Amino acid sequence: MTFLGRLGIDSLPFYSPVAFAGAATEVLAALMILALVTWKGWWKPLFRDWIATVDHKKIGIMYLFLAGVMLLRGFADAMLMRLQQAMALNSDGYLPPEHFNQIFSAHGTIMIFFMAMPFLTGLINIVVPLQIGARDVAFPFLNAVSFWLTGAGAALVLLSLVIGKFSTAGWTAYPPFSENSFTPGPGVDYWIWAVLVAGAGSTMTGINVLVTILMRRAPGMSLMRMPLFTWTALVTSILMVFAFPALTTSSAMLALDRTLGFHFFTNGDGGNMMNYANLFWIWGHPEVYILILPAFGIYSEVVATFSDKRLFGYTSLVFATAVIGVLSFTVWLHHFFTMGASANVNAVFGIATMIIAVPTGVKVFDWLFTMYRGSIRLTTPMYWTIGFMVTFVIGGATGVLLAIPPVDFLMHNSVFLVAHFHNMLIPGALFGFFAGFSYWFPKAFGYRLDETWGKRAFWAWITGFYIAFMPLYALGFMGMPRRMEHYDVAGWQPLLITAAIGAVFILAGIACQIVQLYVSWKNRESLCDTTGDPWDGRTLEWMTSSPPKPWNFDRIPTVHSLDEFAWRKETAGFVDEPGAPDVIALPKDSLLPMAIGASAFIFGFAMIWHIWWLAIMALLTILAMLTATGFTRDSGLRIIRIENRDAARAEVASS
Amino acid sequence: MTTTSSYPDRGSRGSGWTAVEKEELERAVRERQAGFWLYLLSDALIFALLFATWAVMADRIATGPDTRSLLDLNKAFVETMLLLSSSFTFGLATLELRADRVRNCLLWMAVTFLLGAAFLGFELTEFMGLIDQGAGPDVSGSLSSFFTLVGTHGLHVTAGLVWLAVSFIQLLVIGNDIQLCARIERLGMFWHFLDIVWIGIFTFVYLWGAAA
Ligand SMILES: [Cu+2]
Repeated sequence: MTFLGRLGIDSLPFYSPVAFAGAATEVLAALMILALVTWKGWWKPLFRDWIATVDHKKIGIMYLFLAGVMLLRGFADAMLMRLQQAMALNSDGYLPPEHFNQIFSAHGTIMIFFMAMPFLTGLINIVVPLQIGARDVAFPFLNAVSFWLTGAGAALVLLSLVIGKFSTAGWTAYPPFSENSFTPGPGVDYWIWAVLVAGAGSTMTGINVLVTILMRRAPGMSLMRMPLFTWTALVTSILMVFAFPALTTSSAMLALDRTLGFHFFTNGDGGNMMNYANLFWIWGHPEVYILILPAFGIYSEVVATFSDKRLFGYTSLVFATAVIGVLSFTVWLHHFFTMGASANVNAVFGIATMIIAVPTGVKVFDWLFTMYRGSIRLTTPMYWTIGFMVTFVIGGATGVLLAIPPVDFLMHNSVFLVAHFHNMLIPGALFGFFAGFSYWFPKAFGYRLDETWGKRAFWAWITGFYIAFMPLYALGFMGMPRRMEHYDVAGWQPLLITAAIGAVFILAGIACQIVQLYVSWKNRESLCDTTGDPWDGRTLEWMTSSPPKPWNFDRIPTVHSLDEFAWRKETAGFVDEPGAPDVIALPKDSLLPMAIGASAFIFGFAMIWHIWWLAIMALLTILAMLTATGFTRDSGLRIIRIENRDAARAEVASS
Repeated sequence: MTTTSSYPDRGSRGSGWTAVEKEELERAVRERQAGFWLYLLSDALIFALLFATWAVMADRIATGPDTRSLLDLNKAFVETMLLLSSSFTFGLATLELRADRVRNCLLWMAVTFLLGAAFLGFELTEFMGLIDQGAGPDVSGSLSSFFTLVGTHGLHVTAGLVWLAVSFIQLLVIGNDIQLCARIERLGMFWHFLDIVWIGIFTFVYLWGAAA
């Protein structure tokens, strides 16, 4: 079309006062951060210590930061929806339909792709190399690229609030509604390109973590001596490598339909929209386990540490994890039992779905038996864990209910379903990430989090969860469909008001978490972790300092047992052989990953707005940068010599 | 930890490096090989889904022409021969590189490039011909899935050609060393992988089309 594609002055958000206020808030927040960084003179350290870093721990922290920011944005969307539905009986509420639809689409997209995924990837990044006694991940440069691609996807979603609109097609972008004929604007394209860019990052993360775990374990650490969190990270990355291609394929096909007039999923001309549903959920169901399995790993670590016991049924937990990983690829059709497949097909997928409850049940019992007769310490991570166990069982039960095809025909697309998957993902994933966050925070930052505020946050969150989502189960039975902008059934309103009150409790929980961060930072002297082992931990990550040195371990430990650190503490007379002074090679920092992420962002933006020349330029830039790295003449490594500390100590003693 | 490497310890880059750096780089080579296998598996899944989509959509021609009867088996056979022989010449290039005969390697890489480019040329003329006949990808679901499956393979070949050209220049400029040798071997894996995918396309698209 023109030089700037379909970008124009009418792309600014003047269509809804609420959208405009949101956009203004976002722009102001961005400007304030830029001003603060400039005023404090933080640009140089920001670039040197963070943006250019390839250190897995720092990349992990940046992932956590991204997840935190996106949690706030995604939760703001949730509040807006709860408020609208509480108000909109026989009225329009305060949100126009066009804006309301964008909000529920953005909420789901953000929470899955840009909150939960970065959260778990951040934790895996910080913890897994430490747990297996490695100096870094296998591909540190690629690791940074993955992060910046995730950031680029998140930035596209945030930008959609200011320039243009976001998708109104829900977080799944089902055709034919998401096709040009029904949704011509840039909204769905924002969704497509944000997901494609971030999805590429996730695939690479999966490959990276997988190779790291398989090839960088410390000597002696056989597979069955790996901590359970590492096991779940392993299975999750297998799922990432093998499930994300389906998302890439389905989104790319949708992009071809929308951009070049293909007919994969259109109503006419031979398109078949159910093919999209199939492809999307071949990714989508494993994705649920990509999110939940690492949380299961965290719960396992937390329960063992704070019960001061070896994990009950370690082997069964490993096998349950692997079985869940395999089964997760066999159940995707339960997301559209109403498609019209035969009763037998539906029955097969229904039964496969119910079977997943078996290994999951095994896990719950393993955790309970770990606690049984343990000397339990009720710390904040333990609160999240116990809260999870109680709440998750309810979600599991409603899941088995939905797995029965005839029941699903009744509950399909109702808020019962909304209640069910929030009941899986909030306790099943998010509580786990919170538990992991408070459990490993001292390792990453060198000081513990304030316990009082942590427990307050827990109580507010769990109370809010029940008040917000139990009414949705009831509303589902009362026939309320999901994604209603307004309604005329008076009986629904009291329950929707209750749900909104629940959201306010969750808001209080988030506020407590922010206060917790501030209070802990203020008291970082008294909360300081000087030993590197604040919880009397059992696994290798607690054997090194908090925060660890860039190379993690001065000497790579030799592993003798499951829970190696606990074994060392319990084994009387164990002496670690002092080794020779070590020479360590670490990868050099680089600004290229950030530049690649920035180019991917520009590429996505150009594709969304049909600015073809810019898209080609961005692609060529990425190509040029990758090619340039192949011509460098140095090894890309920096060499660090660890002085022999034992010799140094002996010298001090003798003088 | 010492490992014996199958790679030549030569080239302008390796000479100044310390033992630690060399050890680290040999480990990196092994890890990259493993990572690349995983990438290929992941990519193979994309093709598997595109094949499945073709299987589902091949007959969804709506009001458009019958895709399968439009396909030219003879042309596809020539393309197959071009791509298969390019895989063979790439194999020769890899062997020469292993034996540290850089000039021969460069020669075979150039031959591979030409064969690959010829393949791509044939494919593009086929695409152009179809579009000229009014059988472009925007005509029917069937043609969309045909163009996407075959075109995605073609895009991969294009990427392979770019990579091949860059490696050619690198080999000229830097000479043969561990990193480059391993990188060219990974390119070889990629190239052979595209061959296997093409055999699938030849069977499930063109032979199936000839049966129609
Ligand atoms: Cu599912």
